[in-house]
Amino acid sequence: MASKAVLTGEMFTQGDIAAAEGAIAAGCRFFAGYPITPATEIAERMASRLPRIGGKYIQMEDEIASCTAVVGASYTGLKSMTATSGPGVSLMNETIGLAAMTEAPMVLVNVMRGGPSTGQPTEASQGDIMQAKWGSHGDYEIIALCPSSVQEMFDFTIQCFNLAETYRTPVFLLADEIVGHMYERLIIPPEDEITIVNRKKPTVPKEEYLPFKADGDLVPPMAVFGEGYHFYATGLTHDERGYPVMTPEAQLELIPRLCDKIRKNADKITQAATFETEDAEVLLLAYGGEARSAMRAVKDARAEGLKVGLFRPITIWPFPSDQLKKAAANAQQVLVAELNYGQLVYEVERHIRGEIPVHLIPRPCGVPHTPNELLKEIKRRTQ
Amino acid sequence: MTATTQSKPSQEEHPITRYVRKDRIPHIYCPACGIGIVLTAFATALDNLKFDIDKLTVVSGIGCTGRASGYFEADGFHTTHGRPIPFATGVKVANPELKPVVISGDGDLFAIGGNHFIHAARRNVDMLVLCINNFMYGMTGGQQGPTTPTGAITSTTRFGNIENPFNLVSLAASAGAVYVARWTVLHARRLAKSIEKALQKDGFTFIEAVSPCPTLYDRHNRFGSGLDVLKLYKEISVIRNFSDPMKAEIDYSTRIVCGEFVDEEKPEFTQRLAEQSARLQKR
Repeated sequence: MASKAVLTGEMFTQGDIAAAEGAIAAGCRFFAGYPITPATEIAERMASRLPRIGGKYIQMEDEIASCTAVVGASYTGLKSMTATSGPGVSLMNETIGLAAMTEAPMVLVNVMRGGPSTGQPTEASQGDIMQAKWGSHGDYEIIALCPSSVQEMFDFTIQCFNLAETYRTPVFLLADEIVGHMYERLIIPPEDEITIVNRKKPTVPKEEYLPFKADGDLVPPMAVFGEGYHFYATGLTHDERGYPVMTPEAQLELIPRLCDKIRKNADKITQAATFETEDAEVLLLAYGGEARSAMRAVKDARAEGLKVGLFRPITIWPFPSDQLKKAAANAQQVLVAELNYGQLVYEVERHIRGEIPVHLIPRPCGVPHTPNELLKEIKRRTQ
Repeated sequence: MTATTQSKPSQEEHPITRYVRKDRIPHIYCPACGIGIVLTAFATALDNLKFDIDKLTVVSGIGCTGRASGYFEADGFHTTHGRPIPFATGVKVANPELKPVVISGDGDLFAIGGNHFIHAARRNVDMLVLCINNFMYGMTGGQQGPTTPTGAITSTTRFGNIENPFNLVSLAASAGAVYVARWTVLHARRLAKSIEKALQKDGFTFIEAVSPCPTLYDRHNRFGSGLDVLKLYKEISVIRNFSDPMKAEIDYSTRIVCGEFVDEEKPEFTQRLAEQSARLQKR
């Protein structure tokens, strides 16, 4: 296996491996994980690749430890990630809150499988959409990107790292088993064509450094352990020095900033892809692996003269509200097809605000809708 | 911390105050709590070694001892409950030049964090784990924990604890720690020397510091004041260096076996990782 960091060129590969290569191309040099179907291939790839390029791989005793080690590594300045599936995220949620609170840049890949509990380990699902947003306790914001192809597993993992570094926050690559285990062509661009963002470093003298004093963009510059800044971070509510403070004022200062650094930059973060939405009377919304079927269904509907368009949110969190409203401008209804029993549909309803009907096309089982099934549903709703 | 809470501060600064975040004083600890003695022993060890503070990362979990990391003028992190060891593992693996020191309590390290402890010891990741054992959960008001002696009264064992406690030095030794010692807070100088030794070792090291909790444990179990408990330690503690850790179970009324139990050399995790990585990069 190659000892270069960026494997520029073409390969026929799997989504999970593309995510690992995307991470390495983004500069990730630390991976801690625990085996879990259907995300194990990411750990295996990182275990093979990282030692060859001077990176660090460690298999931890569980997902709690994996996620916590990633936060520790992030505080030493390494771009760090873990990869898991829903059951692992359930365990990691404790540390996701810690990472949000201590503003540790990190990337988590969730290759979603059927749940609840052990569910269907080898089958696809999009059942962790709300878990990604609301998994840990308390108020915080999360960023989650949702890939639909092997190429996007690579591209979006790089974007996840760039977002994590920009906003000092945990970021999800919210994939599903379909995309994780799909084999397709992957094109890895030359290293100098890949956009890389690194976290802001302090510019003040070490003794003046306040680790949680934010700049105008609400993001504090981040020193790393070992450079003599002697700074402290805690999961407790803290002031700009990082010291615990148990007053309402401290909470009112910190929590809105943690949320607003993402909310107020939502226009810079959110992304969506659209297809044939300009004149669409029916807007079909789908994401991840399910969006592949949805694309075919829209093309087939158009071939039959039906005015159907596809809206594919790329950032699930924050939700691309403005993009949805624009795509739905001429629509009479929105159909939400997802591999669960109804999750993102609540967010869609929240943004559509009852202006047009929103219908769920649920699929709480391991295989996506076929294009024909979606086409039938489109016809049923329009006739 | 004892050094900074003396009633008559001298003109000259005490040598260990430079390791303390003075703006965090006064600390949260109760009068006669043993945590301050252990933290002073730790700072003394740093001072005796002239330890490079830039390379030190103090990590702690949740509880009274969990607040320890916030009192040192060094890089520090206060994790969620039970997780200081995996955090320290991440720090050490990511930057092997750093020396993580985990200072945490018996509940944090051996109940909620027990799995992390045995696995870090098994891997032999270089770090010092300094456990302040006060036999129950102090911060939440004195509940039974994994080191509470059988029969002891706590707020959740009003009729006597019916569980068996862990023998921490035996657990650490069997999980693979390369250095294992136990002292009470009465053995402040021996404890500091032990910390010095552990800081210089390359591998997973463990020191248990038996500490009074006069506010909760010792009061509920009628051991008297903090001073009474120190007198008890003087009476019942015996030093048996390199004795069998299996036979060093604590009986809080009659016998606390102290001393060094393990001191050996084993390949350290991040060194092995670096060697393997160097070999692979040469290919």
